[in-house]
Amino acid sequence: MTLHPMISALRRHKAGVVLIALQIALTLAIVCNAIFIIGQRIDRVNRPTGLDENNLFLVSQQWVGAPSGDDAASVDKLDTMQLEDLAALRNLPDVASVVPINSLPLLNSSWNGALSLKPDDKKSFIHTTYYFADEQALSTLGLHLIAGRAFTAGDVQHQGMRDQRDPSIVIVTKAIADKAFPKGDAVGKVIYLNGAGKPVTIIGVIERLQVPATGSWVNDFAWNSMLIPARLNANFSRYAVRAKPGRLEAAMRAVTPTLYKVDPLRVLDDDSVRSFTYIRQQAYEGDRGMAILMGIVCLILICVTAAGIVGLTSFWVGQRQRQIGVRRALGARKIDILHYFQLENLLIAGVGVVIGVLLAVGLNMWLMSHYEMTRIPLLYVLTAVLAMLALGQAAVFVPARRASNVPPVTATRAV
Amino acid sequence: MFAYYFDLALRSLRRNKALTALMVVAIALGIGASMTMLTVLHVLSGDPLPGRSATLFYPQVDPRDMDDYKVGEEPPRQVTWIDGMNLLHAKRADRQALMTGGSVPIQPSQSSLDPFFSDARYTTADFFPMFDTPFLYGRGWSEADDDTRSRVVVITSELNNKLFGGKDSTGQILRMKDAAFRIVGVLGDWRPNPHFYDLNMGDYVGLESAFLPLSTSRDLHMSRNGSTNCWGNGGPDEAHFETAPCVWLQFWVQISDPAKITDYRNFLTHYSQEQKALGHFQRSPNVRLPGLMEWLDVNKVVPSDVRLQTWLALGFLLVCLVNTVGLMLAKFLRRSGELGIRRALGASKRAVFGQLLMESAVIGLVGGIVGLLLAFVGLWLVRRQPSEYAALAHMDLTMLAATFVAAVVTTLFAGLLPAWRACQVTPALQLKSQ
Repeated sequence: MTLHPMISALRRHKAGVVLIALQIALTLAIVCNAIFIIGQRIDRVNRPTGLDENNLFLVSQQWVGAPSGDDAASVDKLDTMQLEDLAALRNLPDVASVVPINSLPLLNSSWNGALSLKPDDKKSFIHTTYYFADEQALSTLGLHLIAGRAFTAGDVQHQGMRDQRDPSIVIVTKAIADKAFPKGDAVGKVIYLNGAGKPVTIIGVIERLQVPATGSWVNDFAWNSMLIPARLNANFSRYAVRAKPGRLEAAMRAVTPTLYKVDPLRVLDDDSVRSFTYIRQQAYEGDRGMAILMGIVCLILICVTAAGIVGLTSFWVGQRQRQIGVRRALGARKIDILHYFQLENLLIAGVGVVIGVLLAVGLNMWLMSHYEMTRIPLLYVLTAVLAMLALGQAAVFVPARRASNVPPVTATRAV
Repeated sequence: MFAYYFDLALRSLRRNKALTALMVVAIALGIGASMTMLTVLHVLSGDPLPGRSATLFYPQVDPRDMDDYKVGEEPPRQVTWIDGMNLLHAKRADRQALMTGGSVPIQPSQSSLDPFFSDARYTTADFFPMFDTPFLYGRGWSEADDDTRSRVVVITSELNNKLFGGKDSTGQILRMKDAAFRIVGVLGDWRPNPHFYDLNMGDYVGLESAFLPLSTSRDLHMSRNGSTNCWGNGGPDEAHFETAPCVWLQFWVQISDPAKITDYRNFLTHYSQEQKALGHFQRSPNVRLPGLMEWLDVNKVVPSDVRLQTWLALGFLLVCLVNTVGLMLAKFLRRSGELGIRRALGASKRAVFGQLLMESAVIGLVGGIVGLLLAFVGLWLVRRQPSEYAALAHMDLTMLAATFVAAVVTTLFAGLLPAWRACQVTPALQLKSQ
């Protein structure tokens, strides 16, 4: 079949052809970018934190009328209170281990700083986040030590919340170790924190630990975490608790009464005991909502476009009844008629997707300049192109088959 | 004529129900989606204090040291205690208030209630008249209370309901952090959106439950929440925050006379020069005085996800419109015969055009009604989202009217091309082919 008669036929329907092509182009551009956004959000939501998230939960509590924490004596008092809590929690039958910690990944409450390889260096540094924890950190959080050693009870200090002293030893993530010491010999090396002059020795490297913040501002240091062997003392505290396998709910239920028994002068509300699953859900709820919304919009958009193609093609079929009849009477088979409409749709859709690809790339570039977006991979565009062509073929099938069923005798009748 | 066209439109639409339904659904989906997102955008970028916002300003000065100095850089978004107090006591604006956020342990006298933590705002006397807060009972505190570090508190009606069953509690005692505060006022229904006066707490968070004098909060070492930025050898302990090189307070002024805005900006420059001369400031004067709405813009308060979703919804509407144009074109051209007869019987091109536009207007109207219902469903879905602004997503009268106008106008616009094309049919040709 040659394209020539088809093109001259389409010329007589300029407006309709332009509209279908335009609709396909716009749909392609929007769906392509929307699916790219969905993909990005899914990648974000699925990235592992480095924790063993099952059976893990977090307790956040505040003492009422606690000492100020501004002088050494009150810091000591706060530490005693924290140690009492820890002892009580560690004694619970359903609890495997407990670590006092200032934050957890996805909690969006963080203490960030910078490390450098030279003392008093304020210019070249690596961003990092600090987790203050004790010797039970690795076992409770389920972190994998890949070099060096873990903290021992003797390493662990305690300090007031606003005490800016630097530790003498730390454990860093592989992300930091690789960046600071590309040769892979980070253990035993000395670093300096926050542009200060005190040497800090790396004693261990863990495989992976995400920073607490999930916003895009941490994108360039999302895995740069550092463990500091210290309990932070303030009028509030957080404890990460690992329940024994399968005993998560029982352990979570036991926490509130236990802590109230240790000291009733504190605030523990509904939000104080949260499983990590819940924390993860909360952290990414916005992303999930966005992905679902984009998905629904894409689906409806595709349906609308398909319905539009069906509608316009049906109209053309109706309009060309007589011509189809003439063709059939002159010897065209049903399949020829079917192919004619299918090829016609392919031609229009082809023009549409070419414009659509240009629009999609343009839209992506516009989004990149206004929002946090990266360049759309070619794969997405190609998939979308094939999907739109397939959509066009699927949509045109029903009216095209109706056309192929037009009997040759129509040619002799008036429309 | 109008009624006749309307009747014709209905007849024509009834004749081809599937096509009509398709057009209505496309319009309704497009209108529903875009109006949902535009309503959210409208709510989020709204004016927190209508009528008052034009007179409110947020002075910024630059007290930082010379590290990382860049000319023309934005000054810090908060002020130090020293600058805040100086500007407050200078009283160069009509009203001024210095503030920060915190949380206080509230110890109810009823044994049935456990102690709980509540968000609080530590501020100065002008806060209430300046932001024109409504009072259910009592009033705010006076400047004398600020100076004498009085133990007075203003609470929200919500907290009043919780603690005092909604009764007038002014004069009663509220225990916070082991200290007795006298309740002087209970706020009425007030929830400024965004939470403009301190965006560090979250852009759309609700109101704090308790308001107490800033001086009193420092006196009692009340715990602070919010952002603190220090430079040099900053980061001191909480007890010496008043003298630290840190910004942690918000300072707002009210200037009712537009002519005096420049005066105030000059005052800030002059103040910076003076501080530099005294050796307190190191940088040359770098001041800004954004108005309330400008301040919200600077802080990019409207979430970028919402903007993105709005664009997406508008793109969606565009596709739906193109779709409708295509379908209408098909529908109108299919009726060439009928239109040819009308033309042959003496109807002018204009009359036929009017008739066809009427048909698109009817589709637009029905699409608008369905789209409005969809927008209500959409907003209901938005409200079920976890974000802090979700609860605010409600349709107001402006948006309700806008939805209808948008639906009808866009559909009429979509009907223009098909109607024009259909008018071009030559009556003779159509009659002959019948």
